Amino acid sequence: MKNKIKVMIPIYVMGKKFQVPEDLTILKALEFSGFKITRGCGCRGGVCGACATVFRRKGDYRIATGLACQTVIEPEMNLVQLPFISARKSLYAVREINPDSLDIIKTYPELMRCMGCNTCTKACPVSISVMDYISAAISGDVEKVVDLSIECVMCGLCAARCPAEISPYNIALFIRRLYGTHKLPKSPMLEQRLKDIASGKYDAEIKQLKVMDVKKMQADFNELQANKGASV
Amino acid sequence: MAYPTGMRASVEKVEQTRKHRLQNEFPRMTPDDKASLLKNHHPDFRDGDKLNLRCGANKGERVPKVLAELIESPSRLNLASIDLTRPDYKTDVLVIGGGGGGVTAALTAHDHGAKVLLATKLRLGDSNTIMAEGGIAAATLAEDSPATHYIDTMVGGRFKNIPDVVEALVKDAPSIVDWLTKLGVVFDRKSEGNYFTHMPAGHSRKRSHSIKDLTGLEIMRVLCDEVRNKEIQVLEFSPAVELILDQDGQCVGAVLEDLDTGRNIVVEAGAVVMATGGIGRLHPNGFPTSNHYGATADGIVMASRVNAKLLYMEYIQYHPTGVAWPEQMLGLLLSEALRAQGAHVVNSEGEPFVNRLETRDALAAAILRECGPRGKGIETPTGMVGAWLDTPMIDIIGGKGTFLRRFAGIDHRFKKYGIDPANEPLLIYPTQHYQNGGVQINVHGESNIPYLYMAGEVAGGVHGHNRLGANSLVDIFVFGRRAGMHSAENFRKKPAEKLSLEHVKAHEKELVSLGISTTVTSPMILPDYRFEKALTSTQYTSEIVEAE
Repeated sequence: MKNKIKVMIPIYVMGKKFQVPEDLTILKALEFSGFKITRGCGCRGGVCGACATVFRRKGDYRIATGLACQTVIEPEMNLVQLPFISARKSLYAVREINPDSLDIIKTYPELMRCMGCNTCTKACPVSISVMDYISAAISGDVEKVVDLSIECVMCGLCAARCPAEISPYNIALFIRRLYGTHKLPKSPMLEQRLKDIASGKYDAEIKQLKVMDVKKMQADFNELQANKGASV
Repeated sequence: MAYPTGMRASVEKVEQTRKHRLQNEFPRMTPDDKASLLKNHHPDFRDGDKLNLRCGANKGERVPKVLAELIESPSRLNLASIDLTRPDYKTDVLVIGGGGGGVTAALTAHDHGAKVLLATKLRLGDSNTIMAEGGIAAATLAEDSPATHYIDTMVGGRFKNIPDVVEALVKDAPSIVDWLTKLGVVFDRKSEGNYFTHMPAGHSRKRSHSIKDLTGLEIMRVLCDEVRNKEIQVLEFSPAVELILDQDGQCVGAVLEDLDTGRNIVVEAGAVVMATGGIGRLHPNGFPTSNHYGATADGIVMASRVNAKLLYMEYIQYHPTGVAWPEQMLGLLLSEALRAQGAHVVNSEGEPFVNRLETRDALAAAILRECGPRGKGIETPTGMVGAWLDTPMIDIIGGKGTFLRRFAGIDHRFKKYGIDPANEPLLIYPTQHYQNGGVQINVHGESNIPYLYMAGEVAGGVHGHNRLGANSLVDIFVFGRRAGMHSAENFRKKPAEKLSLEHVKAHEKELVSLGISTTVTSPMILPDYRFEKALTSTQYTSEIVEAE
């Protein structure tokens, strides 16, 4: 493409000043400055949580949090990538835990240290009501934890910022797994299909398909497509 | 970051043509038009974007240029510095890769009693799997059957798929949904407990199982958690750089590189499962990609060094509707369902130039033609060009609120940047999405090299020339599980007599004898986006402008 004239703005990376084009994300601004990122970069699309970052805006006394691949730079922003966030994860066998008992608290007793300060929610780069799901976890409302936490990208910023030293994202994952394992009903159609496959119900048909003439299979496909109905 | 002024003017033109477009759908192209469009503008059909390999057992195989350059390079390993006589780790099964395929292989091999070591380039879970929005294909509904899934997969793959492998895929698929459910994956359900499913393009029945538009993320979170619970040994930031063979050419391990310390790590293993993913970050033809940072085809490079058989490497899937603006979402996919629900594809003047329901390849080629030689693309402040996907048509056709009801995730993501997709069009450009080919496998995930297995995108044969939507998520679990099980039961029990990298030396000698010299070493491990390379470019479009 043509070389565009770019407006350059100053940023600070770990205290060092660089000039970079405006409108870049933090991740690209670091790369434009010459940093090759190993820790602190993942999907580059805002879903994997690898690029959790802390930054400070010009003149602001506060540390802000975000995902480096999703946050656009501002002039004189102070940047640093986080290589790793240390957070406790309990070890458990998900099928042996009773979600309706005190097992949740026993697995993560530090849950009870929550003081309701809401720092976790403010730190979350994907706008999850972290404190609300921690409250729901304490009161045993597993379904609410699932609903509130389903978009978690596991970046760990909630754990890094929590003054009570809870690792909310690991707790949410634990509870979602409990819910999926114990609370969701079995699918009758899937149960039947598994039985049918095990009994060899489809074997003869697939054996035929494997040697079928290409034109015949294409014709079968065209017929299937004609009768497929709505997509959802 | 709403649309800047330059783009805003074009948005207004799009608004003005809506009424006319509502009454006049752009006609579908004739087979001849389509053939000529593809031939002239689709990257898969253009000469010069691919090369025939000049070295190794796959000599003559047609592969993307960017991949050929890596395969035909010396190793990034300093062979003289490696001591193979004292391995740092000894394990039954070494799994290379921490995405869906690798993690599944590790869990399965562990459950079957093998001692497992999992080495991965970035964090456990960092992969394309985590980015998969759509769903996982499995014939679980009563009106569907594995046989129908078989037909769809073969037709999608242009009948080039390996039949036995496809049979394994479609017959295992429902049990994968069951396995993931039992691990606690919260699949979307209907009230009676059956799965909520949808039907991606090319499938004939509703069989894609999802968790909102976060399917891969949810599955990967759960599987990584299970790896931790099972206390399987994991080496993060330690990608493999070469495979190790014994004197008989059997795979007996790998050399890893610790990215934090630069130290090489020698792993001796009774079997190796490679689940290293695809090629997107090589940017074939200069395209943006929907792929993860680590998708640099390392597995293909390592496998070619040991003379594993490659299949269909020249077939790359480009998705027509990748995001071109905002910059933060560049290359990410926009669901095909948007077009199915009425979104037109239009140019900078608001004129339609292709029917919204053409196939992926034809749409991609039409967009490239419009943005390139026809000069009707919309240019962004970062120098990207794209066409409009006119999403407001969805509410115009389906009634107010339709967009929000169907595409809450897309709505949420764009609104963060001040764009309201129910009322404003989205800028799109084709994006590299998937490597259809790979290392040829059999039903157990075995390659032609003894004790070397493949799972997921690195493997070839499952999808033929072209993969259907939702078939990659099921592929990685089916073959991750098969490779994990077979390797755990059949790994080499007798210790290797000798660990050797002679094959790498032989490869480097061959390069010298062929007069191939390069400043590059491989595998790449991570792409280099430093300095100017941090900025967006659309190299492909400028190339076809020149070509015309």
